[in-house]
Amino acid sequence: MSARLAALWNWFDSRMPSVAEQWRLHASEYYAPKNFNFWYFFGSLAMLVLVIQIVSGIFLTMNYKPDAALAFGSVEYIMRDVPGGWILRYIHSTGASAFFIVVYLHMFRGMLYGSYKQPRELVWIFGVLIYLTLMGEAFFGYLLPWGQMSYWGAQVIVNLFGTVPFIGPDLSLWIRGDYVISDATLNRFFALHVIAFPLVLLGLVVAHILALHDVGSNNPDGVEIKKHKDANGHPLDGIPFHPYYTVKDMVGAVVFLAIFCFIMFFVPEVGGYFLEYNNFIPADPLKTPQHIAPVWYFTPYYSILRAVPPLFNSQFPGVLAMGVGTLILFFLPWLDRSPVKSIRYRGAYYKSALAVFVVVFLILGYLGTESTTVWGQFGFDAFFLDTKDIATWAARVCTVIYFAFFILMPWYTARDEVKPVPDRVTS
Amino acid sequence: MVLFAPLAVWAAEAGYRLDKSPHDPRDLVSLQAGARTFVNYCQGCHGMQYMRFNRLTDLGLSEAQIRDNLMFSADKVGETMRTAMPSKEAKAWFGVAPPDLSVIARSRGADWLYTYLRTFYRDSKTASGWNNAVFPNVGMPHALWTLQGEQALEAAVVKDLAGHERVQYKWSQVSAGALTPVEYDALARDLVNFLAYVGEPAANERKAIGIVALFVLGLLFILAYLLKLEFWKDVK
Repeated sequence: MSARLAALWNWFDSRMPSVAEQWRLHASEYYAPKNFNFWYFFGSLAMLVLVIQIVSGIFLTMNYKPDAALAFGSVEYIMRDVPGGWILRYIHSTGASAFFIVVYLHMFRGMLYGSYKQPRELVWIFGVLIYLTLMGEAFFGYLLPWGQMSYWGAQVIVNLFGTVPFIGPDLSLWIRGDYVISDATLNRFFALHVIAFPLVLLGLVVAHILALHDVGSNNPDGVEIKKHKDANGHPLDGIPFHPYYTVKDMVGAVVFLAIFCFIMFFVPEVGGYFLEYNNFIPADPLKTPQHIAPVWYFTPYYSILRAVPPLFNSQFPGVLAMGVGTLILFFLPWLDRSPVKSIRYRGAYYKSALAVFVVVFLILGYLGTESTTVWGQFGFDAFFLDTKDIATWAARVCTVIYFAFFILMPWYTARDEVKPVPDRVTS
Repeated sequence: MVLFAPLAVWAAEAGYRLDKSPHDPRDLVSLQAGARTFVNYCQGCHGMQYMRFNRLTDLGLSEAQIRDNLMFSADKVGETMRTAMPSKEAKAWFGVAPPDLSVIARSRGADWLYTYLRTFYRDSKTASGWNNAVFPNVGMPHALWTLQGEQALEAAVVKDLAGHERVQYKWSQVSAGALTPVEYDALARDLVNFLAYVGEPAANERKAIGIVALFVLGLLFILAYLLKLEFWKDVK
C-alpha cells in the first residue's frame, strides 16, 4: 500500500514539484526560534479562528436571508428548524469575539517582544491591515441578524462618516445606499461580509505570513537567530516549524477549542457581551434603544469617540481621534527608538508605559460598554466642566494617555536604560 | 394607590428590583403547565411565530396531546404558534401591537419576566386601568388578573440611613383571585420556564452536547500534549 502511495506521490511531485517546495519553505524547513512561549500560540490560533469563521459562515449563508423583512426570522429559523443550526450560529457568534481576543493578544505579543521592529515592519503593517479589515468584517456581519443593536449600532457607525467635513452626508448616504439603514444597506453589508472582506482578509493573511517567513520569526529574547548558523546553514537556535511547532500549536489549539466550546455550549451570550440581549428584539427603525453600545471589541475606540468633546457642534473631532487611534498603530515600528526588541531587555520607561497602556485600553473598553453616567457625577461645578459625568472625564484622561503612549514613544524609548541583549536565545 | 408620573419615570430608570426567577429548564411538568397557561391566557394576543407546535414534543408531549390540548390557533401540528389577533387592530386597541414572544426571554431575561408577571397593579390613570412596577405605563392590561386578583401599589420616596433618596414600594391586595399568592407565583414560574424554553429550545441539548465536547477535548489534550513531549524530547 505504502509503495503505491509513494508511487502516486512521485507521479504528483514530478508534475507539480512546487507543492513539496512550498511545504519545505513554510513548514518542514522553515526554521523558527526554539524558545517560543505562551504568547506565540495566538498567531496560529488566529488562523484557526479564520477557518472556523469561514466554514461556519458558509453553512450559515445556506439558510440566512439578507432581506430586511426576513433576516431576523431566518436567524431564528437557523436556531430552531435547521438541524445543527444553533451550533453553527453559536460557533460563528463565539468565533467573532474569539477572533478579536486572539488578535488583541497576538498584537500585544508584538508589543511585548518588539516584533514590529526592523526588519519586520512589513509583517506588522500587514497585521494592522488585517486588524482593520477584521473590524470592517465584524461591523458588516453584526448588521445581519437585524436586531435592534444591529440596526442602531450600524446607524451610529455610519453616521460617524456623516461628520466628515464637506463630503460627510454624501459619504454616509453612499455607504448606506439609502437615507436610513434599510434593506439596501443589509444587502450590501451581506455582500461585503461574505465575499469582499473575507477575500481581502485571506489575501492579507497570505501576505502577512509570506513577509514573516522571508525575514524569519522574532522570539521572546528579540535576538536574530539567523546570525548563528550551523554547517548546513540552519540557525543554531531554530527548529523546523514542522513537526515541532505543528505539534506544539496543536496543544494550544485543543486548549483554545476547549475554552471556545465551554463558551458556545454553556454561556453563548457571555452575559450580553458576545450576544447582546437587545439584539433579540427585531430591528425597529422607529424605536431608538435607550442605550446603544457596540460589541465589546469596538468599545475602546467607541470610548475615545465619546470622550472627545464636539467642536462647532460637530462630532468630527471624536471621529478623527477614533480613526487616528487605530491608524497610529501603523507607525509603531518608527515610533519605537529602542535599540532592543524584547521587553526582557528594555528599561523601566517602556515597561511602565506598556503596563499603563494596557490598563488604559481595558478601562476604555469597559467604559465603552456602559453609559457615561456609570461612575456618577462630580459633586462640584467649575467653568471647564462641560459635563459632570465622571466616566467621561476618566475616558478623556485615558484617551490622552492612549495617544501619549504612541506620541511620546520616540522620546521615552530612546532614553530608556536597556540591558545587554544576549547573543543567543536564552530559554 | 399613589404613583406620581415623575416617580414612574424614576422607577423605570432606577429599576424596580427584580426577583430571581425560580424556573428549572429540566422540569417537564412545569414546562407543560407553562405551555398550557400560554395558550390559554397569552396566545390570544401574543404569538410565537418562530416556534412550531410539534417542537413541544421536547416537553414530553405526543403530537396527539399537543393537537388536543394546546392547538387553538392552527390546523397542522407543524405550524408555528401564531396569534389569531391581527396586529394592525391590536395596535389600535392597545396603542402598541403585542410583541411576539418567541425570543422575549432572551431580550428581557427570566428574572424580568417573572417579576413583570407578578407586579401588575390597578391604576385609574392608564387607559387599561392597569400599570406595572417593572414596566411603567405598559400598554398591556393584566391578562392573568382573574387568577392573581387585583393589587394596589403605593410608592413613596424615603431617605435611607445614608441620606440617599429611594423609592419604597408597598403592595396590598384589593381583591382576591382564583389562586392564592403562592399558587400564582408557581404559575408565573411555570410560564417563565416555558418562555425561557421557547427562547432557545435547543438549550438543554446544547449543554448535553457541551459536556461530551469538553470530555473529548480533554482526551485530545492528553494525546496532543504527549505527542508534543515526544517530539520535543530532543530540543535542547
